[in-house]
Amino acid sequence: MAIEAGSVSVVSVGATKTEGGTRAHKIEIGKKPQVAFEVWDTAPLDWPEEFDKVFAGSLKDPFSWAEKCVNEYKAKILCVKLQGAHPDFENKPPEACAKFISQLLKKVDVPLIISGCGDDAKDNLVLPLCCEAAKNERCLIGSAVQDNYKTLVAAVLADEHNIIAESPIDINIAKQLNILISDMGLPLERIVINPTIGSLGYGLEYAYSIMERARLAALAGDRTIASPFICFVGQETWRAKEARISSEEFPGWGSETERGLAWEFVTAVALLQAGADMLVMRHPKAIEMINKNMGTLR
Amino acid sequence: MFIIGELINGMYKNIGDAIKAKDKAVIQKCALEQLEAGASALDINCGPASRKPVEDIQWLVEIVQEVTDKPLALDSSKPQVIESGLKVIKNKSIINSVTADEEKLSVIVPLAIKYNSSLIGLTMSAKGIPQNKDQRLELAAMIVSFCCDQGFPVENLYLDPIVLPVNVAQSQIREILESIREFKIISEPSPKTVVGLSNVSQGTCTRSLINRTFLAMAVACGLDAAILDPKDKELMDALIAAEVILNKQIYCDSYLDAYRKK
Repeated sequence: MAIEAGSVSVVSVGATKTEGGTRAHKIEIGKKPQVAFEVWDTAPLDWPEEFDKVFAGSLKDPFSWAEKCVNEYKAKILCVKLQGAHPDFENKPPEACAKFISQLLKKVDVPLIISGCGDDAKDNLVLPLCCEAAKNERCLIGSAVQDNYKTLVAAVLADEHNIIAESPIDINIAKQLNILISDMGLPLERIVINPTIGSLGYGLEYAYSIMERARLAALAGDRTIASPFICFVGQETWRAKEARISSEEFPGWGSETERGLAWEFVTAVALLQAGADMLVMRHPKAIEMINKNMGTLR
Repeated sequence: MFIIGELINGMYKNIGDAIKAKDKAVIQKCALEQLEAGASALDINCGPASRKPVEDIQWLVEIVQEVTDKPLALDSSKPQVIESGLKVIKNKSIINSVTADEEKLSVIVPLAIKYNSSLIGLTMSAKGIPQNKDQRLELAAMIVSFCCDQGFPVENLYLDPIVLPVNVAQSQIREILESIREFKIISEPSPKTVVGLSNVSQGTCTRSLINRTFLAMAVACGLDAAILDPKDKELMDALIAAEVILNKQIYCDSYLDAYRKK
């Protein structure tokens, strides 16, 4: 009787027509683990050539990239990173970002995760406009961080979205940020935690132990840390040397295509064991592999 | 920590008067305030002045159940009062309490089994209150073995070492704390442990300080549950801090708020 069993909260992303939106379906984060395809609002500069081959040149046109993910690779949800807004990248104005989101919502009908460029000052201008542009579509928007969450929480509240709360592999900050966000009136049940991960060989085990500890506390009844986890697997994997470097440079390491795929897949599998609920990934083949693996989970 | 709010007790004047006048608003307000302050369960005691405790406890249980589905601890030394309460209870129940006397156990343990109730066992007997840890352990083992023989699940048993006032039995307090730790190793699965906290400060000055200091020490000894006043905010703060220090709660800067939001 002393221990009250808890559960992980379920965050519903994507509003269908009957719910006032235009999405074909909704995704419930916190039930079965799922994968989002990562797409950008601009052509990535430093992704391995492999991606140009896989996406057949469509990376240069974000809309056809997104459509390819949905139509060809059957993505159920997309994670759009607004990298083009970054001051060191293309420094796109906020209005252009919002317009991009509006257009993307017309091109594809799956739920959206919208991720800022990572520059706090710019994101505070860009994300509120994107929230407004996606009003009624119930997106998942990020990221709120401990030193910069108020603007995003207010925008997410106003336009009825969900929020990603990001903490730097630190369970105490993860919990604190959830409290700060819920103190502003956004219910704990609309928060998804980005615990920040490292890929295989780059701190994966630190992320793993943080996630495990949070999940054990959640299951023992601590509602303040019972949010589902989103893990940016693709972003972390494809900057690891082991995933990128060519076989010409390191002949002993074998084909870089297989190596990169394996790196993304293995990182994702480990995080699934730690309790990841939403994996954001890049390579369609790795996603196919992880979907197959998840099919074997009970 | 499983917190049993102690304030619905006829010994307090406002509750005693409300029982007499059948004023349910006073009782229900007291119930809700304790839950709001963090109680996991509520103690129900008609108090010494009640002339018809068999009827009064039913009335109390029924009106408290109107406002909460949390567990209720039926607090009486009389088996007929406890059974009367059990007959009308829909929430989870805790029998508070039985002593380590065979004739009492043989009445109360079957009731606990029949009504699927948890049980608080006091490590005292007709011979009196034990004077050291070993005597407490002996009585605790007697209660545990009686429960096992009857088929009552030991994990639903809460052993109470009988907390004595620090100004009366100062040398006993350490024995009591050590008993809490050792009760856990009597059997596998372990029985749980509980204290009636406010006894420790009976008749002293600065009661709240003594209560919260003892509680933090007892939590460090592995205490599972306490009967206390959850509206004592400093007491609850000390309890939360103790749980954080023992790594039972994940720390964050707002750990006091976080615990209350759980």
